[in-house]
Amino acid sequence: MTGWVLDGVRPLGAPPTTLYVEDGVFVDTAPAGAQTYDAGGLIALPGLVDLHTHLREPGREDAETVETGTLAAALGGFTAVHAMANTEPVADVAGVVEQVWRLGQDAGHCDVHPVGAVTVGLRGEHLAELGAMAESAARVRVFSDDGHCVSDPLVMRRALEYLRAFDGVIAQHAQEPRLTEGAQMNEGAQSSRLGLAGWPAVAEEAVIARDCLLAAHVGGRVHFCHVSTAGSVELVRWAKGKGWNVTAEVTPHHLFLTDDEVETYDPVFKVNPPLRTADDVAALRAALADGTIDVVATDHAPHALEDKETEWAAASFGMTGLETAVSVVIAAMIETGHLDWAGMADRMSVRPSRIGRLTGQGQPLTPGAPANLVLIDADASWTVDPRQSASRGRNTPFAGRTLPGRVVATLLRGRATVLDGKPA
Amino acid sequence: MNRHLLSAADLSRDDAVLVLDTAEELAHLADRPIKKLPTLRGRTVVNLFFEDSTRTRTSFEVAAKRLSADVINFSAKGSSVSKGESLKDTALTLEAMGADAVVVRHSASGAPHRLAHWIRGSVVNAGDGTHEHPTQALLDAFTMRQRLGRVEGLHVAVVGDVLHSRVARSNVLLLHTLGADVTLVAPPTLLPVGVETWPCNVSFDLDAVLPKSDVVMMLRVQRERMYGGFFPTTREYARRYGVDGRRMALLPDDAIVMHPGPMNRGVEIAAEVADSVRSTIVEQVANGVSVRMAVLYLLLGGALTDVNEGAV
Repeated sequence: MTGWVLDGVRPLGAPPTTLYVEDGVFVDTAPAGAQTYDAGGLIALPGLVDLHTHLREPGREDAETVETGTLAAALGGFTAVHAMANTEPVADVAGVVEQVWRLGQDAGHCDVHPVGAVTVGLRGEHLAELGAMAESAARVRVFSDDGHCVSDPLVMRRALEYLRAFDGVIAQHAQEPRLTEGAQMNEGAQSSRLGLAGWPAVAEEAVIARDCLLAAHVGGRVHFCHVSTAGSVELVRWAKGKGWNVTAEVTPHHLFLTDDEVETYDPVFKVNPPLRTADDVAALRAALADGTIDVVATDHAPHALEDKETEWAAASFGMTGLETAVSVVIAAMIETGHLDWAGMADRMSVRPSRIGRLTGQGQPLTPGAPANLVLIDADASWTVDPRQSASRGRNTPFAGRTLPGRVVATLLRGRATVLDGKPA
Repeated sequence: MNRHLLSAADLSRDDAVLVLDTAEELAHLADRPIKKLPTLRGRTVVNLFFEDSTRTRTSFEVAAKRLSADVINFSAKGSSVSKGESLKDTALTLEAMGADAVVVRHSASGAPHRLAHWIRGSVVNAGDGTHEHPTQALLDAFTMRQRLGRVEGLHVAVVGDVLHSRVARSNVLLLHTLGADVTLVAPPTLLPVGVETWPCNVSFDLDAVLPKSDVVMMLRVQRERMYGGFFPTTREYARRYGVDGRRMALLPDDAIVMHPGPMNRGVEIAAEVADSVRSTIVEQVANGVSVRMAVLYLLLGGALTDVNEGAV
């Protein structure tokens, strides 16, 4: 394998220096025959790790495949993604998670870590074979019924207990089902005016409160997917203050958009949990800044066009996010002074790797560490055009917006997956 | 006026008054032996009804025909929609047929907004989900003006299932625009979270509101709400929020009682109230045609001089 000399690069935003890569790891001198890349002024962060990605394969290859989704991930600066379990068939047995894992290896754009379902068929009734998935080639550590809440408290308790045997974590989609029957958008002033059934904050917060208590009681590890409300932030802060094993993620779209967008009734803004209020956005940004929320996760949810070009109520929930995450986080967190580049690396690489128990990701950009890295041109800006996306999903809520920062290159263990902003 | 009528909020005060004034002129047409104007001759109005509503569809149909428009009734039943054709494909089909105006009724809130996104003609919202029904609000305001001489300054109580009511949403917006003072009266379970941001008052106590009301607008209680756990029993609902003879007696002398229909007699409104002189229910239906004529007329660029030239 040839090496790299990355000239003029600014690791975590530090003054320009040179990084050397040889045989897939960072080294401290220029390797013989290395390719020199002019990275003058580009920000280098460890390769980004997404804890929450929907790759749709198997089952909905019309919406996304492992190939297209992981290419989108690489273009977005990611070197690892966690592929959610709500495929068809559901990833609730070792065979399916191994299939997804192998598809990821074959595609080669980034590491694919399948998430296993907590319960059979995501039905919330019986535990799936969690141990078999953990011991499979895919080495699953993150389990989630995402799209559905593990709402039965006893099933949740057992799952949290059971996973202690192999240090797994439940990534809970916190949504009290009875309080959200038919729910279409955040419940509040906008839903009252728009006549859309409300998805109240309490439906998320009640489950988060319960699961913090359950995790504490049984000594398990719980991670909250896509927290979206100021109240959820308070609960996570409280649980962390108790020393409990609780982590949380926020999506780029919940850091940036509010339910005012729903006024158009354009289902591109329909997502679960829904876009909330400006006060919630402010609380989420502050919580990500102070570490109460551990990570940014995209909840990249591509959909076929016909599932979005409908009336609001008939449309599917979800937004794409892999290719816009870096820019949205720069706009929401860096440009507002909430995070510096080291903070962004921590929330988008270091901590998600730790939660997913990934050993080869989220490492510092220092000699000996695997050369997983993203180069970002912080001074660039671009206008989002869904037709240009590598993802099959065209359902980006940022279409037409001009966003700061561009991913210029992504290295996966020393190999360029993206170079000059294009697939390498 | 905007090209579309999607929400009562699309109407400025001047727009709303223009619709009401135009409707008043057009109403005289109903007294003539020949009730037709040539204004919209050669224009095509499509009634696109994804939800059954014979009353509203017929009202729009009569309105369009009195203006000499070609009317196409496109209902979900028996059309390609029931075979799974999407709203978008239906819109593109209507667009290809050259519809000048599409009057749409749909069970999904916001469906008319989507439709307006896909077609060039004017879109008139004839009721979308639990969102709005702007022509109902216009005909209600027209009826108030006819009976009480004004809308501005009136105290209007809107009573019942506000949460699921498109009539309530449009009325609150339009009546606020026209300077009326609206009070919503309902059990708390049938008021939306967020109602405190609406330009109106809220009360849970009908008896306290009635003596101060010039207009009482009763909302229909949908059957599915009766069993949806929003209130304990239909009887308790009727006792607390229905208007009967005793409650009618609490009203000021000139006050009127309105209902958008169809009524549940004995639930939100007692027969003695529905059939009393205070009731405007039959006038509302007649006024619906005039107001819808005015809306089509103004959206499709009719000129008032046509009205004055008289019938064909």
